[in-house]
This record gives sequence, C-alpha cells and structure tokens, in this order.
Amino acid sequence: MERKRLRRSMMFVPGNNPGMIKDAGIYGADSVMFDLEDSVAITEKDAARFLVFQALKTLDFGKKEIVVRINDLNSGLGIQDLEAIVRAGVHVVRLPKTDSAEDVVFCEKEIERIERAAGIPVGTTGMMAAIESANGVLNAKEIAHSSDRLIGIALGAEDYVTDLKTTRSDGVELLFARCMILNAARSAGIDALDTVYSDVNNEQGFIEEATLIKKLGFDGKSVINPRQIDPLHKVFMPSEKDLEKARAIMAAIADANAKGSGVASLNGKMIDKPVVLRAQRMLALAEVSQTDEGEEV
Amino acid sequence: MTDIKSIYASIPHIDEISQHGAFEGTKDKRMGTFVERSATQNKVVESLEEAIRRSGLKDGMTISFHHHFRNGDNVVNLVVGKLAEMGFRNLTLAASSLSGVHAPLIEHVRNGVVAHIETSGLRGELAEQISRGLMDFPVVFRSHGGRGAAIESGDVHIDVAFLGAPSCDPYGNANGYSRDEDQSISCGSLGYARPDAKYADKVVILTNNLVKFPNSPYAIPSSNVDYVVLTDNIGDPKGIMSGATRFTTNPKELLIAKSAADVIHASGYLYDGFSMQMGSGGASLATARYIRQMMIEEGLQCRFALGGITGQIVSMHEEGLIDRILDVQSFDLDAAESLKRNRFHQQIDACYYASYLHDSAVNQLDFVVLSALEIDVEFNINVLTGSDGVIRGAIGGHPDTADGASLSVVVAPLTRGRIPSIVEKVNTIVTPGSTVDVVVTDQGIAVHPDRPDVEVKLREAGIPLFTIRELKERAEAIVGKPDPIRYKERIVGVVMYRNNTVIDVVRQIDEDR
Repeated sequence: MERKRLRRSMMFVPGNNPGMIKDAGIYGADSVMFDLEDSVAITEKDAARFLVFQALKTLDFGKKEIVVRINDLNSGLGIQDLEAIVRAGVHVVRLPKTDSAEDVVFCEKEIERIERAAGIPVGTTGMMAAIESANGVLNAKEIAHSSDRLIGIALGAEDYVTDLKTTRSDGVELLFARCMILNAARSAGIDALDTVYSDVNNEQGFIEEATLIKKLGFDGKSVINPRQIDPLHKVFMPSEKDLEKARAIMAAIADANAKGSGVASLNGKMIDKPVVLRAQRMLALAEVSQTDEGEEV
Repeated sequence: MTDIKSIYASIPHIDEISQHGAFEGTKDKRMGTFVERSATQNKVVESLEEAIRRSGLKDGMTISFHHHFRNGDNVVNLVVGKLAEMGFRNLTLAASSLSGVHAPLIEHVRNGVVAHIETSGLRGELAEQISRGLMDFPVVFRSHGGRGAAIESGDVHIDVAFLGAPSCDPYGNANGYSRDEDQSISCGSLGYARPDAKYADKVVILTNNLVKFPNSPYAIPSSNVDYVVLTDNIGDPKGIMSGATRFTTNPKELLIAKSAADVIHASGYLYDGFSMQMGSGGASLATARYIRQMMIEEGLQCRFALGGITGQIVSMHEEGLIDRILDVQSFDLDAAESLKRNRFHQQIDACYYASYLHDSAVNQLDFVVLSALEIDVEFNINVLTGSDGVIRGAIGGHPDTADGASLSVVVAPLTRGRIPSIVEKVNTIVTPGSTVDVVVTDQGIAVHPDRPDVEVKLREAGIPLFTIRELKERAEAIVGKPDPIRYKERIVGVVMYRNNTVIDVVRQIDEDR
C-alpha cells in the first residue's frame, strides 16, 4: 500500500457490472473503487464479491490504486467481502458507515487475521473510513487516528444529511462535516476525500462543488461517472500563474542555498517554510497532472 | 430568302457537317398557359403498374433503388411487390443499400422474382437468410464510390431505376426535400440516387409530393426522368430520419473521441483550411465536438466537411467554422433542413463524392474518422459481417474515404461485450489495411507501420502508442480468444473494392453440429 499518493478522483464502479469493471482502468481516475455495498442488491452480493475477486486477480489496472467498498461488518457480509478481497490483493479496503474508532479497529483485526492466514505480510492492506453519520463526524479525529493502515477518511453525504434531518442543497449543510473531516485527516496526516456529486449531467454544479472542496483543502473527491474525472482534475490543476510563482520560489531557495544563506527572499519578501511546502506540493501536482493522461492505457 | 431545300445538296462537305437535313418548318405554336400544360402534357402516369409497363422492363433486367429513406423505405417493397404481381422474374436488384425493412424481399427471392442483389449493405432478416444460403447467386457488395463508378463506367447497367423522391414536379425534377412544403417526408440529399437517374435507361420517380414546375432546387433534373408516379406510400417518416443525431454521453465513446481528436491534432492535419469527414457513429460524432473545441481555441477554419452530414456539422457551418458542406447523404433532419437554408451546403452525387474514376471529393480529404466492427493485425477493416459471421452491416464509403483521405483514423472499442475488436484476421476484408493509418481504441492507439511520419508526430506530442499486436493481446487478455466462426464452402457474398476488383468473399455460416 502507498499511504501517500495522488487521490484527486476516486471512481465508484458497481461490483456486479462486468462491463464497467473491465473498463474501470481506462478513464484516468487516480483510484478505482469497486463497490460491494449500496450499488449491489442483496440478492447479488455473492456474485459481485466473486466478480470483483476475479477482476482483482486477472485484470491489469496499471498503476491505479484499487479500492473496494465492503458491506457493513455487522451484517456478516462484510467479513465474507474481506476474506475475498484481502486475498485478492486489494490496495485499500473502504469501510462504510464508520461511527467510531472501534469500527476501524475491529475491521483492522479482521484484515490482519486474513493476511496471516493467507501468508500476506501483515500491514499490506490499506484502509479508508467513510464517515456517514453525525456520530461519525463528531468522532472524526479519533477515527482518523485509529489505525496506521488508514490512508484517508471520506465523507459519505447521502446518509449523513438524512441523519441530520436535512437534504443536500448548495453545500452549506455539509460545511461542518467537511471541516471536521478535513481537520481530523490533517491532524492524523492522512487524506481527506469528499463525497459524490450525483447529478451527472450538471457539469457546472459539479465544478462548483469541486472548486469549493479544493478551496477547503480536500485531496480529492469521489466520482460516479467517468465524465466527472476530467473536470475534477482540471479544478485540481494549478494555474500557470501559480506555477510560475512556485517555480520562482524554488529558484530563490536554490539560489539562497548556493550562496550558503539560510534565508531566502523573493521580491523583497522572506520565504518561510509553509510557502516552500506549498510551492513544492503544487509543482508535484502539476507534474502528475500533465503526465498522468494515458499512463494507464 | 434562299430556298434552302434547293441548294441543300450543293453545300460543300454537307455530308461531313453534323446536321439533320434541311429545315422543314416548325410544329404548331403552343397556345395554352404553362399551368394548363403542366396539368395535361407531363410525365405523370396514373399508376406504378402503368409506369412499369411503359418502361419496357423485361424478365432478367436490372432495376435500381436508393437508400435515402433508410429503414423507413417503402419504395423497394412497393415496386418489387408490384413486379411480382405482374409476373416478372429473374430480376437483378441493384440498390445503393438495403436494411431491415426489406425483409419481404426474402419471399421475392424464393419465388424467383429477384435472382440477384447488389447493395452496399444488408441488415435484419434478409441479411440473416442470405448468410444462411438463401440465394444461388452471391450478393455483390459495393462501396458508395465503387457503385457510382460501376454505374458510370457501365460495369453495372441499370435498365429501370425506381427512385423515391419527397418532392417532384410533373416533368420529373425531383429532390429529397422541398423548399415549398414538405409533405411530412424529407430526406435531404438524394446523392446516391443521382447516378441511377443519370445512367439508367428508364427512370421512374415515385413521389408523395407533386409540386409545381419548376421544383427548385432539384437533385435529379427532368431530363433524366421518364415517368412520375404519385403515391402517398413511399416511406415512413419515422424510419427515414430523426430530428437530430443525439450526442453520445457514453464515457467510453467520449474517451475514444477525445483520443481520436488528439491524434488528428498531433498529426498535423488539423491546420487552418483543412478538410474532414466524420462518420455518424457515437465516437466519430463526438470527435467532431472535440475538433470544434480545438478549432475555436486555435482560430482554425475548415474549408469543407464531406460525406454523410449531421446536425453537428451543420451547426459548425452556421457558427462559421466550416466554409462549405458537401452532402451526399443527410443523416438527420437538421442536415436536411440546412440544405434548404444554407447556400454553401451543397448536395453532391455518389460519383462526385467517391468514384475512383476521377479526382472525386474523397481525394481532397485531410482526415476521416471511421468506425469498425473488426480490425486485424494487418489493419484490415471489417464493417460488414458480425462476430457470428452473419452479414449485418454496410460498406458505405468506408474504403473510399480511407483510400482518399491523407489520414484515416479508425475508432473502435477494444472489446465489445466478450468479443475482441482487434483480431488476427478479420472475417471479411472491406477496407484494406494499407489505407488505414491510425487505429484508436479506448485502451490504446496504434499507427500503421507505413506511416512513420504520423508515428513520430504522435510520439512528439506525448501520445502513448502500441503496436496493433499489443492491442490485440491486450484485448485477448481481457476477454479471451473466441472460437473461430464456422463457415461452409459456399460463397454467399462477393465484396468489391472501390475500383471494382474482388477483395473478399462472404461464406455461408455453418450451423450444423
């Protein structure tokens, strides 16, 4: 598992749709998430688990991060899902409806048991936790710190707004949850991932939401249709002006280092550490944004 | 005044001057109004049967039809039904194409009315039956350009052409639409009917819309027409055309389209003043949309768009991106309507479009985007037979445009269901690989080895490339390798290349266990 990697887009793929599973790798999403939970009818659970297991074993998804959303561990299905997908070598297990740190710890124990049984080095399988309730949001910090396997925490908005007794609108209803999850993730040094935008045909609305969550500081967002990937990546692509500034900052740092000076400045302003960090992050992002297209074909 | 008759014989070299003897005076002067004459002295005959009788059609002759009414066509069924009723036998049916609606021909073949079929394509029950051995004489498949050339050159001789027209005047000036009033049926261009009208011995126009002389503009001039039959039953508007070709939202088609547009852009053939042709398939249509974006961003102008025309091309013309439209076939109502209002939207015939006998419009194409059912490792293309070996497609202008255009881009999903699109050898060669330059799939792009110039440019643009074999292996890694189709020895179809040479055959499928 790679704890740190680019996760601008995580594409949902129903686990019972072979056509979509076979094509999941071609759309340029940073992560692909096969769903065994809500998009699969209860009568299809076994078939979907088998299909996703076979897909992970046989299909070549290149360098993509492969995530599988398992069923609720309390339902009995979740354990069966883990038995299959951990053995198939999934990169990240997405735990749905995480209300507390105990949920994560319980899941981790099961993963470890299966890793040992299958002869997979313990710790290979990553985890992410989806927070979908008021309780979960209030426990976000504990959840984010609950396991070394966690690569990130995500907001699942549909269940969350129901729990809040509201509906999704312009995003104001999600502001608290987004800020909680973001701060919890940052406090634990892991990624913060935003929820889906379900109106596939409203590209403008999608771009507005993506712009908002990027401003807040999220690392990325779940998408439910390949058509949302390009606009999302464009939102995350730094502007040429920002890039120029970042390059100038890095040049000034290099210049200062060459002169043996510990203090660098640009246009008369001292460059402090967070500025350098931001510039580095931006340049790294620009590099992948420009080169990732087609790398998986 | 000289008495011309008395000196006629003494004119030097009179036998060598092309003339018809001495002037003998004129006929009686016409007296009535032209409106009266239009009503009485014209080419309108009272019934289809009468037109057939007067045409001099005999057993064993060749009749022809166009396919501008697509799956709404009733002309073929109406005419052949009447011919059967009148007792004709052993006819050759040379249509520009046939579709699912023509299943009644099966009975006419069984009863000996139709002995031989020439067409660009076959679909539906008729195609299934032919693939199972319905006919003794193999069906001859020709491309649109190849058919035009064969008619021009006399290789295909048409005795009587029966051409449906959504508007026609009493003298036979016929068109696919009317600037006065469409009577519910409109098909836009009549491009594939025009060689038939020009070269057939006799031409019968069937129309549901008899308009006043002169029907202007016309696709077929009255000088090419012998009889006009008024019937309200030439076709079903619903099957002929839909309002506008819908833009695909299928993410895989969009991905392929984006890649195809990137390939065209990188190849250098997208420059100010370029020319293009786009198919009507989802991915080709979407390619036009990406090309449009690139044109706007870079301030490029397209000199002309060719071929089957869609509303997408029309809107690019109307927003000033495309100077001229050359329309051999209108794919949707938006395209048909545009012919009425846009003076630089020009209707062209099949020969002008793609005949190999002269420098036809396809030879002026910078690029064409084409679809494919199967592509093999030699880049040969099949658009005619399905993965079960049954005929279910049409050659159309595929080989004509691939050969004519400087850059031919073939788009296809790498796999369809559980069937790979890239195979060792195609079922049926329609377009030879030597005319195919780039293959674009959802999982990778391959450039023909004879086009290192294109390959270099695509690499320079950072477009990842594969060999065609790598794509084939990738397809097989996903869906496996299907069992080969089993055929019998018997040949049921002959595929002609655009220059009227035989390029492949279609065999009867073997369903015996």
